[in-house]
Amino acid sequence: MIEINTVSKKFGKLQVLNQVNLNLEKGECVALIGPNGCGKTTLIKSILGMVLPDSGTIAIGGKSISNDFLYREKIGYMPQIGKYPVNMTINQIILMIKSIRNTNQPLDEELYVDFEIDKLKNKKMGTLSGGTTQKVSATLAFLFNPDVLILDEPTAGLDPLAAEILKQKILKEKEKGKLIIITSHLLSELDELVDHIVFMQEGKLMFHKSVDDLKNETGTDKTSKAIIHILKN
Amino acid sequence: MNRILKYVFLDIFQNKIVILYTLILALFAWSTLSLEDNNSKGLLTLLNIILLAVPLVSILFSTIYVYNSNEFIELLVSHPLKRSKIWISLFLGLSLSLIFAFVIGAGIPILLFSEWDKAYMMILVGMFITVIFVAIAFLSTIITRDKAKGIGISILLWLYFSLLFDGLVLFLLFQFADYPIEKYMVVLTSLNPIDLSRVLILLELDVSAMMGYTGAIFKLYFGSNGGLIVSFLLLFSWIALPFGLSLIKFRKKDL
Amino acid sequence: MKYSIGIIFVFFLSHFVFSKTLTVGYGQKIVRIQKGIATCNAGDTLIIKSGVYREGNILVDKPLYILGENYPILDGVFKDEVISVKSAYVTIDGLHIKNSRQKTLDDPAGIKLYESNYVNIINNKFTDNFFAVYLQYSSHCLVKNNTIVAHAIGETSSGNGIHCWYSDSLLIIANTITGHRDGIYLEFVTGSLVWRNISQDNVRYGLHFMFSHSDSYITNVFKNNGAGVAVMFSKNVKMVNNKFEQNWGDASYGLLLKEISDCYLAGNKFFKNTTAVLMDGTNRIEAENNVFQNNGWALRLQSNCTGNVLRYNNFLGNTFDISTSGSLVSNTFDSNYWDKYEGYDLNKDNIGDIPYHPLSMYSIIVQKIPSAMLLFRSFIVSLLDKSEKVMPSLTPDNFVDLNPLMHSLKL
Repeated sequence: MIEINTVSKKFGKLQVLNQVNLNLEKGECVALIGPNGCGKTTLIKSILGMVLPDSGTIAIGGKSISNDFLYREKIGYMPQIGKYPVNMTINQIILMIKSIRNTNQPLDEELYVDFEIDKLKNKKMGTLSGGTTQKVSATLAFLFNPDVLILDEPTAGLDPLAAEILKQKILKEKEKGKLIIITSHLLSELDELVDHIVFMQEGKLMFHKSVDDLKNETGTDKTSKAIIHILKN
Repeated sequence: MNRILKYVFLDIFQNKIVILYTLILALFAWSTLSLEDNNSKGLLTLLNIILLAVPLVSILFSTIYVYNSNEFIELLVSHPLKRSKIWISLFLGLSLSLIFAFVIGAGIPILLFSEWDKAYMMILVGMFITVIFVAIAFLSTIITRDKAKGIGISILLWLYFSLLFDGLVLFLLFQFADYPIEKYMVVLTSLNPIDLSRVLILLELDVSAMMGYTGAIFKLYFGSNGGLIVSFLLLFSWIALPFGLSLIKFRKKDL
Repeated sequence: MKYSIGIIFVFFLSHFVFSKTLTVGYGQKIVRIQKGIATCNAGDTLIIKSGVYREGNILVDKPLYILGENYPILDGVFKDEVISVKSAYVTIDGLHIKNSRQKTLDDPAGIKLYESNYVNIINNKFTDNFFAVYLQYSSHCLVKNNTIVAHAIGETSSGNGIHCWYSDSLLIIANTITGHRDGIYLEFVTGSLVWRNISQDNVRYGLHFMFSHSDSYITNVFKNNGAGVAVMFSKNVKMVNNKFEQNWGDASYGLLLKEISDCYLAGNKFFKNTTAVLMDGTNRIEAENNVFQNNGWALRLQSNCTGNVLRYNNFLGNTFDISTSGSLVSNTFDSNYWDKYEGYDLNKDNIGDIPYHPLSMYSIIVQKIPSAMLLFRSFIVSLLDKSEKVMPSLTPDNFVDLNPLMHSLKL
């Protein structure tokens, strides 16, 4: 589904991505992990077209994404911190994104209902709490049934109840055969969700393995423990 | 494009600072125009306010707004939208809402209190100045990622156009007082959008007679229909060049 | 004494007894005016019936009272001087004089006086004459209630409305003059009065004085003339209660005073002139109770002006109140009202407690470098002026009104 081929990126002197190769397939739920500044955010932004790589190619569904923007129809993105124009209401944001997407496919309004956003829809973005803003971000990411979901620290800032709703939604979408990429620091969360781990360090891709392999190699029964085991060694 | 524009415009126009800006403009315009019995004089007083405040508010507000919209721009980029469309929508949204603020705040009293031929130039020039400084703000936000630096650059640019440039002109006038440099000075001055706007309005207000030979040159160059077209082309290029440059840079920018 | 009264009585009696009234014109026994004049005796009255008369030049060579009925038109068809007066004691009343010869060296006029004293030109209309009324070597004349119109384009294509040359004791009263080169022109004219005239839309000056001493002009209106009013090379001229309005243009001013001395300028109103008063080489002019309002420059003083006194004047809404080409030493400004004065009056005596420096820094800069006008109304200029007000460095110290008034004078 996503093929990343020898992608490199420098910010000034800092090599943030160094010859990264990565293949991600449909139906996978991938955790992108690594210490701060390892390049995972840059990698995500490269996939989304926010950062333009210095070299290498990224292809989605077999098509290169450089000089293309329509491929993003297939992607739903939930940013780590969503900041929206303060005087827009939730309803206006959703209407605007809908008009940008301009799709006639049926919309997935499950999160919109579960998060009870309808009650808040006339509130301005500037007056919302961080958690509610995240709920809006999540709703928007899932709204158009995208093939690929990229979730940057999805549960950070959400209350436990909302986090649980989101997790269930992620699992459900995974079962539909979608590719889901999650970055998270909360390792315990990943346990129930992910089936693949991508580990990055200093701009390099250290490994890309399935959770089962990882557990076997490290002899642990939980994903989080396996990761910690790797980090220690 | 207008899919985003509509919402951006609505957002900015509800902004407290824009509302305050509209109110202050209205306050100044109504008070100066209704207190002065001579309406040319009232317009001249208003001209000073407009040439000082409109560029400052336009450039500062736009700079801050663009920096604050970073995450929003990122969000928009993650959707199937051309980058240039996002940047242009943001620019048009800011320009239109600030123009709107200017027209409501200053334009209406100008229209009510003065004759049409004087009013139209004042309003037109005010609108141009607004958009020009929005465009310059876009350029300075694209130069640096650092918000504080960007605001600093914007303030410096404003200071340059409204004060330092004229200081330079004055300095040159003193240095070359013995040479016939009026024509060159007129050309030089027309390269500053604020100066050009000021002179365009002064010509309309019939104070060019006071400007003696220089005024005559200005009238010759910019008072005729051809000159007016050249003037407005110059003003337009002050919109097109900074914004065009920022657009080229934005298309390749890492967010 | 008895003898002289007797003579006067006989003189009056002879007038009643011997002077006649002759009516000429269409429908009369005598149609031609010139023939009528020939028929009349000195002291007779000649009435001209209404109609259009194209007789070429008409010569008045004896004392006559010429009276028009319903403004008979005397048309020179641009070929002749219309009336030439070569006699004293002539009165011309109620004619409409048109189309004199134009642009020749002998200065043709609607009515021209050749060394003729005690002539009255009253209640006439003049249209499109080269000169309308022309007085040379003629004294004790009255020019009153005439309406003078021409349509001059350039300075050379037209003469003056009322032109006086080498004359004395003239009264020029209540005329309206438009569209000539100069409205009223006085050269080598002394002891004369110009009163209640309206001179507007003339190509050059509304009123022009050259080498004319001890004259007065009072309560006239000079409006929208090419360059305003000029008083040059003259002494003892009194300029009182006139209005100078809308003399607006590159080289235009309300009043130009050049090389004049001992004159009095009072109660005049200067509205919306590019330069209200321009003084060049003037000495001992007293100016008081004048109003300078909405002018570009209220007063421009060349550095060769000395001993002038300005007091009790109002300066209102002028772009520049004063400008000068040098540091003025011996001119006095006292007790004027300056609307740009920002001082205070603690003891409430209507006199500002701190002196006012009416010369702004920018006006000095503009005087030195005229093209600095390019920065007119720019931010830097207001900044310069404000800082100069706080810490004077460029403007001369002696250029000051020590008793600036807090409120404008009721003028």
